Amino acid sequence: MADNSYSWPKAEETSALGKRVNRIDGVEKASGRAKYTYDIQLPKQLIARALGCPHAHCKIVSIDTSVAEKVPGVVHVHVFEKAKPGSEIQWQGELIAAIAAESDGAAVEGLSKLKIQYEMLEVFVDDANLAAAQAANRATKGGGKEQTEREPGDDDDEKEFVTAEFARLFKESKYVIDGFYGIDAITHCCLEPHGATVAWNGDKLLAYLSTQNVSGTDEQFADGLKIAADDVEVRCEHIGGGFGSKFAPDYWGVAAAEISRATGRPVKLMLDRDQELKIAGNRPSAYLKVKLGADANGVIQVWDSEHWTSGGATGGGVPHNGVIPYVFEPKNYRRSQINIQTNLGPQRAWRAPNHPQACAITHTAIDDLAARMGADSMDIFLRNLGTDDARRIGGAKPSVYRAEIELAAKLMDWKAKWHPHGKGAAKGSVVDGLGLAIHTWGGGANDSNCNLKIHPDGSVETFCGTQDLGVGTRTAIALVLSETLGIPYTGIKVNLGSSKLPVSGPSGGSTTIGGVSESHRRAATDALAKIGDLVAKKLGVAADTLVAANSRIGVKGQPDKSLSWKEACNLIGMRPLEVTGSFKRGTPSPLSNSTVGGVQMAHVLVDKDTGVVKINKFVAVQDMGLVVARKQAESQIYGAIIMGIASALFEQRIADRASGAFLNSELRDYKLARLGDIGDIVVEIYEPESERSRGVIGLGEPPVISPGAAISNAVANALGVRVPVLPLTPQRVLEALQKAGRA
Amino acid sequence: MTESTIKGPGDPGFSRRDFLRGSGAVAAATALQTHAAAANQEGQAAGPAIVRGETTITLQVNGESKKVTVEPRTTLLEVLRTQLDLTGAKPISHDGSSGGSTVMIDGKPMSASTLLAVALVGKKIQTVESLGGPKPDAVVKAFVEHDALQCGFCTPGFVMAVRAFLDKHPQATEAEIRGGLNGNICRCGTYANIIQAAIAVVKGGK
Ligand code: FES
Repeated sequence: MADNSYSWPKAEETSALGKRVNRIDGVEKASGRAKYTYDIQLPKQLIARALGCPHAHCKIVSIDTSVAEKVPGVVHVHVFEKAKPGSEIQWQGELIAAIAAESDGAAVEGLSKLKIQYEMLEVFVDDANLAAAQAANRATKGGGKEQTEREPGDDDDEKEFVTAEFARLFKESKYVIDGFYGIDAITHCCLEPHGATVAWNGDKLLAYLSTQNVSGTDEQFADGLKIAADDVEVRCEHIGGGFGSKFAPDYWGVAAAEISRATGRPVKLMLDRDQELKIAGNRPSAYLKVKLGADANGVIQVWDSEHWTSGGATGGGVPHNGVIPYVFEPKNYRRSQINIQTNLGPQRAWRAPNHPQACAITHTAIDDLAARMGADSMDIFLRNLGTDDARRIGGAKPSVYRAEIELAAKLMDWKAKWHPHGKGAAKGSVVDGLGLAIHTWGGGANDSNCNLKIHPDGSVETFCGTQDLGVGTRTAIALVLSETLGIPYTGIKVNLGSSKLPVSGPSGGSTTIGGVSESHRRAATDALAKIGDLVAKKLGVAADTLVAANSRIGVKGQPDKSLSWKEACNLIGMRPLEVTGSFKRGTPSPLSNSTVGGVQMAHVLVDKDTGVVKINKFVAVQDMGLVVARKQAESQIYGAIIMGIASALFEQRIADRASGAFLNSELRDYKLARLGDIGDIVVEIYEPESERSRGVIGLGEPPVISPGAAISNAVANALGVRVPVLPLTPQRVLEALQKAGRA
Repeated sequence: MTESTIKGPGDPGFSRRDFLRGSGAVAAATALQTHAAAANQEGQAAGPAIVRGETTITLQVNGESKKVTVEPRTTLLEVLRTQLDLTGAKPISHDGSSGGSTVMIDGKPMSASTLLAVALVGKKIQTVESLGGPKPDAVVKAFVEHDALQCGFCTPGFVMAVRAFLDKHPQATEAEIRGGLNGNICRCGTYANIIQAAIAVVKGGK
């Protein structure tokens, strides 16, 4: 049962919620005062650097640390458990040893003096090449599913029935598309690498950790160090990037604590740039072959796909279940998955896990259907949505997508810009094109607890074991408290980023804003009720006639029957009023919800002579329920699109087939979008009352999903030729043109 | 079975970063002998030699004289971060390809990660912290107003890059801004907001 004692004010009655405000830690961050894990400098601290394995697949035969130990300034040499002689290393960059020293230079010099013997083993990194993976014995079946609208009869052999059904459906289809699509792996590439700065105080550990999970990593440290979780405090005031890869201390974080214990000095161990890219997480690649059949209207009747995917050395990858084909749910489908195991670092959940890849390898097929029909892609997407009563999609409602597509088309001026695939007017060698894609995500509220303190002098602070990944969590919390208590958001102190604070869930899957809004709205509503009782008594009015607004509590419309916020708080007594707020994930609540839809459209310019793709304009329309911190929400959508542009056009992990080396693991080679690459981006939050009234829903994941497919479709529209695999590098564009005889 | 000496030219693990930071410092060190009075050389036989020895120098940082102790291989970034508690400049890439450690040397934007501290005696070093304080610089204010930061790790470097660019081009157009700030990387994707912030600073005439 939903707990209806809490609610949000109506849109026209809000004072803080959904307003456009500056983030409360903005100046601190922009002027370099904010302290990140990498910035923590403790007295007598040692600096540790780690050596990554230069080989992608090998056995460690021996390690001689004796020369390294004698390097001036070197204090301690730590050999990682997984690199002890006899161990097998499965990917390049895996850490072998760490050296703690008095200076960075000494640590690096020490690493250069380690003598290690390796026995080389066979390497496989070619995840795009299914035949090669099968030949190398690196491909395994990852499951699949088939579904037909018609049921087999009692006497039918099920397998034969399905085969016959698919044959019939394809035969009856007006249009049949045979396609191949893919998207290469990218890394998390957090600008603050993974790592920790740690210190022991007796048998208690203080760990500054770059983490998305302050409330959960204390236990993980404790497990690794065989101590009690109570004896660990994890702190993270600011984190330099976390997109799903920073939920654990990792073995190198635990090693920092071990080195610190052994030397009796604080230790900082952060990964180097190339180690960050090689071992600290990547987004799996995915490649798909599909045959789809559609009726005369372009409505998909049958989908038959096989995809292969690689999550690196530890297996895994993009599952078929739930995301293939993406959003759209044809009545007849068959899909199967193959996992490819490589000698590359293991995957970690990357923003909207699996969705961006699934969108990129399936919404491209739908666009190719439009191209084949000579139809407007937008119309084909619309026709495949179905209606709210007869849905052809999962996730958000068809009516939400319809409204969003209409809005996006207006912002893009789609109808005026549209031309059939490959039929636009060229300006010299440059052609333009339009593309779209749609996406969905859950984003339900995570667990969250907070302790709200209202002091007798009127000051307000909250304590919550959550973290601010840069999305503006502090600001959002302050806005919720401001709205509820009727005081300015700027004076509210938000304490977060420590495992000693009331437990809140990890920030992953767009769950933080829902969680912290729940706990804080509840705590502040309860606190206000308590203060209201005191004020009512003092003024001699009924408590239920009171409202809190403009830093006053009183009877609405009767200024003489009111107290200032400060006067009201004075009534609390000597000790501050403390109220806890709690929310448990999955509890039905009028304050938060899940499942959103979004639409994105790209307009690109492609130079056929050079193969260079430029974003001209990009439009994103996004539903996110009720907006808490509007400016920061918009920033997050801008950011997601820019990240999406990077992986659509530039970003890829490149591995050498012979050695398995990750060739572009430094930022000069690992190509990300730069400021001049983004074109004009238009962000529109879709927040009609029907969506706002659902409550708060997370935003981190959804807008990062569609850019790849939208941009690929725009390029296909420009060229009349599909460039099958993302990123759409100039080389790939030229190759596709050449293959199609259009160069 | 193969044996591999780690981090020598030709090894997969070798990079320019290592050259700058450790084993290869000998080349740069030749020019630094005069500063590093206590320098001595060793390890001639196996690979490049290391010049070591600490020396105390005085740097002009944000208008103040600061005494710091450095080795020939110590970068400005390391000095700022570990001895002067100026951690605004960030260690994002060693080779300057991210712009994360951007500072101004005699008014010119440079990556502190690629500068050796001993080479900077007598130069005016300005860090992002000088743009903060109770009355923040117009660029800092515009970044906050236009929410041109998310995680904020790239932000100090970007603030310095924008400040330096607008010092040189106070009337910059939007096209010039888009063309002139491509030395910095932001992973969170704050570029659209940064463009707006820079335009606002130009409009405000600061
Ligand atoms: S704000 Fe996070 S890297 Fe730029």
